Amino acid sequence: MSEAVELSGVTKRFGDFTAVDGIDLAVGDGEFFSLLGPSGCGKTTTLRMIAGFEFPTEGSLRIHGTEMGLLPPNKRPVNTVFQSYALFPHMNIEENVGFGLLMKKVGKSEIDERVKRTLDMVQLGSRAAAKPDQLSGGQRQRVALARALVNEPEVLLLDEPLGALDLKLRQSMQLELKELQHRVGITFIYVTHDQQEALTMSDRIGVMNEGRLLQVDDPEELYERPKSRFVANFIGEINLLDGTVGSGGEIELGGDLRVSGGDGLAAGTSVGIGLRPERITLHDDGMVPDGRVALPGTVASRIYHGDYYAYAVETPAGHIDVTEENRAGVQTHDEGIRVVVSWDPSASTVVVD
Amino acid sequence: MSVGLVPKSASERVLGATSWFVFAFLYAPIIVLTIFSFNENDNVGIWTEFSFRWYGEMFQNDAVMGALRNSLIVAVISTVVSTLLGTAAAVALEKYRFRGRTAFDGLTYLPVIIPDVTMAVMMLLFFVQLFAMLGGLGLSFQFGLGTISLSHIAFSISFVAIVVRARLGQLDPSLEEAAADLYADRRTAFRRVTLPLIMPSVLGGALLALTISLDDVVVTSFVSGPGSTTLPVYVFGLVRRGVTPLINAVSVVMLAASITLVLVSLVFQRRGDGDPGSAGI
Repeated sequence: MSEAVELSGVTKRFGDFTAVDGIDLAVGDGEFFSLLGPSGCGKTTTLRMIAGFEFPTEGSLRIHGTEMGLLPPNKRPVNTVFQSYALFPHMNIEENVGFGLLMKKVGKSEIDERVKRTLDMVQLGSRAAAKPDQLSGGQRQRVALARALVNEPEVLLLDEPLGALDLKLRQSMQLELKELQHRVGITFIYVTHDQQEALTMSDRIGVMNEGRLLQVDDPEELYERPKSRFVANFIGEINLLDGTVGSGGEIELGGDLRVSGGDGLAAGTSVGIGLRPERITLHDDGMVPDGRVALPGTVASRIYHGDYYAYAVETPAGHIDVTEENRAGVQTHDEGIRVVVSWDPSASTVVVD
Repeated sequence: MSVGLVPKSASERVLGATSWFVFAFLYAPIIVLTIFSFNENDNVGIWTEFSFRWYGEMFQNDAVMGALRNSLIVAVISTVVSTLLGTAAAVALEKYRFRGRTAFDGLTYLPVIIPDVTMAVMMLLFFVQLFAMLGGLGLSFQFGLGTISLSHIAFSISFVAIVVRARLGQLDPSLEEAAADLYADRRTAFRRVTLPLIMPSVLGGALLALTISLDDVVVTSFVSGPGSTTLPVYVFGLVRRGVTPLINAVSVVMLAASITLVLVSLVFQRRGDGDPGSAGI
């Protein structure tokens, strides 16, 4: 199968600054792929190189097997949804959406038909004659989407398209976008700094930091098995306990706690044990079921969040955050009391760097 | 204390009176000029009765009409050329990075700042040198409408470039990228997206150039030759021989034309301000 987009060794330098540092990435046909990372991590530059607004300093970039090289944006089989939407203010919605087809010299009647169909798809069929400044933010977002999708690109590039919307609208647009992608079956490459958004929408996510692609995985794998401290910290909340690999492959934590997971690592390597707060249980009475890793501690604080309680527990292995769902009959733990913290061995993950 | 019934303080009264005085100082001469342009009498200062006599004489006067014709020729040529060059300069300065861009950028503003007389002497010396060089090649040139037009182009470009650039700076850079993304080549993207969006300021700049050209006395009088007198220069010459109501009539016509052009220019520029094409929610 030929990949929709393939980057090998792609590097982009602006003078002395390396924005993108040797990225290898293959995005499959029909995939919803997200590039996730903090601002300045190189995700937008990567997207702009796929679009043709920037050209790689090194490396090769192929779309469905065709090398893009120095091909300008207007010659590439991709379309972009811009963060600012970039709707043409002097054209009405219909003209905006039809612009790409007009440039491709598609016949007038076909343009009309496809524009109408696409506007109906994004529920803006009735606003065809409006100018962009007469629409709300969410509507403009849909026009930007329609303007790109109407051209039936091989790959659709989206640069933080929901960034300008308020939270409620953003959440409903997330679902809408995901649903739309399933319907049209086009490969989406979606750039965002919002990990929640990436987890919710994507088939796979690539996490970037300082120009490097750190990990590419599906949302579950990324959340459950982060491979580095950065990814672990960036996706959701996590406790990272400092440990050292012992001679037998076990990992020694503070408080004489030993856990497995150091196999294949050299003795003396310092590692982090990643533990999600919701995977940890607190026990007042010390009655820990067999097979669980247990560690004594003291409750330092308890914060009520409505649907869950957040505890901070001081243990010999370090500070541990724990969340417990606010279920009916849940036992709460007061500040200052001695507790035992426990987790299933499979719930923890080992990060090396 | 109820709103609107606040007694005015002494300082407010003084301020109010001052602003009326300033207005009077500015506009009274214009009003007097306009009123006396409709005076029947040969003498400017003595009012006899209302008449269009001097307007009629103005249109009969070959010297005035010739000067007007010269003014219009120069204004049209310099406006068209300086609008094209000024717009091109603005686009280049805003969009492209090239060697000497910063220096070029600063120099763009120079003709706006330097005094007219300096500009006039510069142009005069430039043409004298140029003609001397061309004369060496056996070519002969003279001061006339050509030199006047070139001089007007030289200072109008800056005005156009500044006006157009202000507008370009407001445009969302993604707009041209979006056009390119939607299969438009560079030229098409400029023609169909950027140009329509900066058009109000291009027209505004053009009208400004037209106004400046029509009003210029100093530079024109330095670089004009025999038979190439423009209207403002002609009026200036007439005044030295004594003011007649004919000058009033000519001045009123020029004033009306200038005000109209500036207003139209403002309307064009204002019209573009509504949607600078940025994101904005």
